Amino acid sequence: MKATSPTASAASAEVSGARSFARTTRLLMAPAVIFLLIWMLVPLLMTIYYSFQQYNLMMPMYNGFAGFGNYAILFGDPVFWHSLGNTLIIVLASLAITVSLGMLLALLFNRTFAGRGIARTLAVAPFFVMPVVTGLIWKNMLFHPVFGLFAWIARQLGFEPIVWLDQYPMISVIITITWEWTPFALLVLLTGLQSLPEDQLEAARLDGAGALQEFRHIVIPHLGQVLYVVVMLESIFFLTSFAEIYTTTSGGPGTATTNLPYYIFQTVFQQYDIGIASAAAIGAVVLANIFAIMLIRFIAGNLNAGAAR
Amino acid sequence: MNSSRFSNVAFGVLAWVVALLIFFPILWLLLTAFKTEQQAFSVNPTFWFTPTLESFKTALAQGSGYWHYAWNSALTAVASTLVGLALAVPAAYAMAFYPNKRTDFLLVWMVSTKFIPAVGVLIPMFLVYKTVGLLDHPLGLTLLFTAMNLPIIIWMVYSYFRDIPKDIVEAADIDGASILQTLFKVVLPLALPGLASTGLLALILAWNESFWSITMSDHRAATLAVYIASFKSAEGLFWAKMSAASVLAIAPIIVLGWFTQRQMVRGLTFGAVK
Repeated sequence: MKATSPTASAASAEVSGARSFARTTRLLMAPAVIFLLIWMLVPLLMTIYYSFQQYNLMMPMYNGFAGFGNYAILFGDPVFWHSLGNTLIIVLASLAITVSLGMLLALLFNRTFAGRGIARTLAVAPFFVMPVVTGLIWKNMLFHPVFGLFAWIARQLGFEPIVWLDQYPMISVIITITWEWTPFALLVLLTGLQSLPEDQLEAARLDGAGALQEFRHIVIPHLGQVLYVVVMLESIFFLTSFAEIYTTTSGGPGTATTNLPYYIFQTVFQQYDIGIASAAAIGAVVLANIFAIMLIRFIAGNLNAGAAR
Repeated sequence: MNSSRFSNVAFGVLAWVVALLIFFPILWLLLTAFKTEQQAFSVNPTFWFTPTLESFKTALAQGSGYWHYAWNSALTAVASTLVGLALAVPAAYAMAFYPNKRTDFLLVWMVSTKFIPAVGVLIPMFLVYKTVGLLDHPLGLTLLFTAMNLPIIIWMVYSYFRDIPKDIVEAADIDGASILQTLFKVVLPLALPGLASTGLLALILAWNESFWSITMSDHRAATLAVYIASFKSAEGLFWAKMSAASVLAIAPIIVLGWFTQRQMVRGLTFGAVK
């Protein structure tokens, strides 16, 4: 920074200045680090501890060290595997739909047409709706087999109304989630499109590139980073989907839409089994970590790009 | 020329149709909020009707508890945002302008705590909160919302700070300003728009949050999300009231969201989008 001080005394002042800088920056960092340690890391370690304990709030006399007992019970429980599968289905299906639909819509809304600002504003609105409300709108007012709008439309067209939440529970949940998150993908990707390097597009057009080539060689590489962010942020939220399931299917019928968070919620608040719920929670953390590794790679790459700036 | 103009119009119409379809469920909620309960719960939906404010009156009436839940939502959302910013700004400032060899690691670690799913810490949080009396307490929820949003807040504030030219900060340092003076006199004024949109995003996420509020609050600290979720088993009895309550709960957030969307995207994408 300013390491070109000519005299020795200035140089020593420099060193002590740097030291006090280091101390101050550490003090500036400390509150955030300590807060995250207490609210995230310590509880995580406690969850690991509980996952090795036999601990049911209803049966306090049987508490004690369980070894891998909870994990053995968990891995032997078909509902756990089913909920793990449901979690993956929700994450992957919602990702595929929101990202591809969001991309198509972003390309559509990137064109100039009358009232574009208003149309775009309407299209991104669902992202800001409270997920609990989203669930209730879809469950009661659209999916309802008698009083829902879809049932009315089906009757008008002479079809038997579909009992969405019973016949196609998983599809219904995914529709609800994608209605909420496609606007997010649209919003981010559209902003990405609007920041495309105009001069490069111009040059490509002058060179006679077709729309498809333009998309393949300029749009996709530029949007790569943006797409990555969408996928990562959505994974975080899809892995922990709760409100949309809680308010619509409550994990059912049976366990058809029980995902990992909902399974853990039920194990804690309906079976009061702290030990097994903790073991399942560790499962959820491991799953999230697999996705996290990808995020960390991305951020690390981004930091390096920033350093080279 | 003519065919391209035609396709422009066609795509414009298509975009409008899509936008209206996406927005329709919200519009339907809004319409239902202005119906009577009989109109709301009907086999043949009514599209044309005389709007009534009856459901809003019931939703807001004394005894419905609406203001209690709305106050809890506002309190926890605002407080958690302020605490989050107060924790994040100094940390992001130190990392953006005075980085050392551990900065990259710390930043990545902080942001990656967002990947610990809420269920991963739910059980100890519930048991500890129960022991120390934070269960069903607004302060307890506030701190959980802070923890939930802190990684994103740090991430966004850091990316806004990084956009400020380092020369400005170095000039202030050379002029003998202390680190804190530089923060308050130079960096914060420059980053104010970014901080505002970060705060708005945190506010939106906390206001819309439902997992922690459903699991950790009962009545005293219950937010609007808990109140509205309680309609889930009301089989058609109170659809108009539910719609009115929902409209009141989502309208301010949608408007906030519309105003801040561009800034928000920029921060969330780590500045990948300008």
